[in-house]
Amino acid sequence: MVTDKFISIEGIAKRYPGAGGGTTAVFENLWLSMARGEFACVIGHSGCGKTTVLNILAGLDTPSAGAVVVDGQAIEGTSLDRAVIFQSHALLPWRTVLGNVAYAVSSKWRKWERARVRAHAQTFIDLVGLTGSEHKHPSELSGGMKQRVGIARALSITPKIMLMDEPFSALDALTRGTLQDEVRRICLETGQTAFMITHDVDEAIYLADKIFLMTNGPGAVLAEVVENPLPKDRGRSDLHRHPLYYALRNHIIDFLVSRSRSFATEKPDHDPRKVPLVHVGKPGLTIASSGDEQRQTRIPPTNPGLTG
Amino acid sequence: MTSSLRLRAGLLSIALLAAFLGIWHLATRSTATVAAMNPEYAKLMGLTATQGKSAMPGPLDVGAKLWEHLRRPFYDNGPNDKGLGIQLGYSIARVGTGYLLAVLVAIPLGFLIGMSPLLSKALDPFIQVLKPISPLAWMPLALYTIKDSSISAIFVIFICSVWPMLLNTAFGVASVRKEWINVARTLEVGTIRRAFTVILPAAAPTILTGMRISIGIAWLVIVAAEMLVGGTGIGYFVWNEWNNLSITNVIIAILLIGLVGMLLDQILARFTRMVTFPE
Repeated sequence: MVTDKFISIEGIAKRYPGAGGGTTAVFENLWLSMARGEFACVIGHSGCGKTTVLNILAGLDTPSAGAVVVDGQAIEGTSLDRAVIFQSHALLPWRTVLGNVAYAVSSKWRKWERARVRAHAQTFIDLVGLTGSEHKHPSELSGGMKQRVGIARALSITPKIMLMDEPFSALDALTRGTLQDEVRRICLETGQTAFMITHDVDEAIYLADKIFLMTNGPGAVLAEVVENPLPKDRGRSDLHRHPLYYALRNHIIDFLVSRSRSFATEKPDHDPRKVPLVHVGKPGLTIASSGDEQRQTRIPPTNPGLTG
Repeated sequence: MTSSLRLRAGLLSIALLAAFLGIWHLATRSTATVAAMNPEYAKLMGLTATQGKSAMPGPLDVGAKLWEHLRRPFYDNGPNDKGLGIQLGYSIARVGTGYLLAVLVAIPLGFLIGMSPLLSKALDPFIQVLKPISPLAWMPLALYTIKDSSISAIFVIFICSVWPMLLNTAFGVASVRKEWINVARTLEVGTIRRAFTVILPAAAPTILTGMRISIGIAWLVIVAAEMLVGGTGIGYFVWNEWNNLSITNVIIAILLIGLVGMLLDQILARFTRMVTFPE
């Protein structure tokens, strides 16, 4: 199927000249694919090359080997088809909210006249709930509002893919939650394909259809692709009540705590082209850590902090 | 609170000025005893000897002379007697011309150096050697090659104001945040448009700071340059009045040089504020 591999990362590597004339590979022979409209999160410790993968996807960085194919075409450099939401929001501080979004719009549609650019930009400012703040400068906005502008700017060019590098990590928990809701709503409504890096397991469970687990670098590999078993219409409030929630969460945390380190020695025959697809909680599944079921049963159905 | 602070600072400034003028007045008034001497001889000796008056003028003398100058700033009685307005005009025109030429060279070149690590490295030794040379050291070379004293003065202004602008522009351009460049890259913004829409606004505060340093240096140098080339200008005026032994006029010129320098700095400071963006 064509749509099965909307994005296909094919055997990419990133090597840096190391000490003593040799090279250090952050990762080697990395294969990864995503379908159209899919939301994928990458989880891994710092230094595993997640950001490098995202930058290569964005075209901001070039792989030392391998290629990236998007929508049937090998990518070369950056493209307006792939919008990036930066961790540090990266707004141009001398431009207003409208100016920042309009800059992106006028970069994509260079022949549009001013009024059309502004109207288009305004639509996306409204979409992220910033109506009324169009003429403010980034310095007058809170962290959450700045990142909203970043999201509006990325969406305004109607990209094929949204690339997000820990977009909410600098925000407080409350704002992060609201923005996750917004991003999820927008991606579901528009069928946006999204690739996101995160450190936050709950964020990944809430947002992602597929979770890519990466081992520690250098020499990081994509260890597993975990399919999110939770229903598509999951809500933030009842997310943790789903019977498979803790199984999934524990599986990811187990990976982060121990297996991300020991993976290379435990699975020396790991084939980077055939990364195991993990279905948590379904019969006949392949769960690497056997303790999941027990641990799940120990978790009370309600939040222990609220009882008594 | 801030307005009261400003008020108190203003009052203190006025008090300091009054104290300074008072001390100046007391120090220069006629105190020494008048020596008894032949009237013919006394006439030759001047007021210093006959009335015990100090050769240094007091604030009242300077004030009176200043008032005289301010009433007729633009008179022209030949090469050695022109109004202060005319002299300052010449100096400002020279500084302006040399400075603008420096802007036209330094900012585009600084942009290139800032954007290209190769050029930056290649030109660095030249800049490092040329930068510390006193601009006046260029004067003989300029006079010999240009053969026009007025243009030589402009050249000296050019050469002294070009370095701070060049280095600041290059630094400002080179240190534009990577993430802003990346924004432009992901939006497929071309090099020229990127230079004008991202790099220029991002580097503008640094560039303007360099321009502000340059105008200060140019104004410092013009006085010395005009003392050397002569003819017109506030620097020439100072030297001419020294030859006339008119300390009063020298003091007035010093005061005006300071005021004009401050004005030039304030203009550039205002431009800098206009392009500075809060983050």
